[in-house]
Amino acid sequence: MTVITKEQVQARVTEALSSFGPDADQITLEATFEELDIDSLDLVELAQIVEDDYGVVLKGEDMKDLTTVGEAVDLIVARASA
Amino acid sequence: MGCALVTGASRGIGAAIAAGLAADGWPVAVNYRTGAEPAAALVTAICDAGGRAVALAGDVADPAVADSLISAAEDHFGQPLLVLVNNAGITADDLTPSLTDAAWDSVLNTNLSAAFRLTRRALKPMMRARQGRIVNLASVSALRANPGQANYSAAKAGLVAMTKTTAVEVARRGITVNAVAPGWISTEMTAGVDSALAAAIPARRPGTPEEVAACVRFLVSPAASYVTGAVLTVDGGLAA
Repeated sequence: MTVITKEQVQARVTEALSSFGPDADQITLEATFEELDIDSLDLVELAQIVEDDYGVVLKGEDMKDLTTVGEAVDLIVARASA
Repeated sequence: MGCALVTGASRGIGAAIAAGLAADGWPVAVNYRTGAEPAAALVTAICDAGGRAVALAGDVADPAVADSLISAAEDHFGQPLLVLVNNAGITADDLTPSLTDAAWDSVLNTNLSAAFRLTRRALKPMMRARQGRIVNLASVSALRANPGQANYSAAKAGLVAMTKTTAVEVARRGITVNAVAPGWISTEMTAGVDSALAAAIPARRPGTPEEVAACVRFLVSPAASYVTGAVLTVDGGLAA
């Protein structure tokens, strides 16, 4: 089984989010999606990328409570390790 | 460039759309449910004319088909799906007092739910590519009463509403979602329509599949890049 590290997930999430608009150096674990101007459609696309890359299925109800990049990374790591 | 999928494309309006998109340079997946022979003939004709096409069997009423169909098209052409034309449709006409649940469900499933499932799947590559075109074949029955078609008109009206909503959701990704609403078009599906009805059409004649295809080709083209959430009637003035 391939172990996915938090650093790997953070790097992939940062890459994905930066493709939606914000500069990569703005995308810290503490940054909120609101600050980054990441909207609900962006989060749907992020969920698709995560599913394609890690096989982790994140539904709308999983994403709607996320407010920071760190929360998203932690959720993906937790699901990938489950 | 990506590839295109036209559902229900072995005959009639769908075949004309597939041929038209191929002529415009799109590699086209020609989906069919029962028309294997006409689908194969269409693919041959497209290829003979210098285009690229593949025939893909599948009943869009089957929920699993949306994913398998689009994946098959992308695998065949080696390109992401960037054009989806939801054309597959059926009728099961009856007056509402005698319309069966089965007739209601089958028409809603094929004409509306299948288009939703295909749209949901198609938006993945389109969102990644920051471009895409979805054209839904609605009907003037979505816009005005047509006795005997409560199921068909409900499905087509739903398709119009879905078109507008989805268009707004994905507009900022460079994806357009539009509907074409044909009136009476001469196809096998309308072969039983009383020719006297032509008198009710301002143009005094039925339309041709190519006249519908021309509108779809426009909506798919770069010329229509700022057109989204629109319903383009192609009906000789019937719904005006």
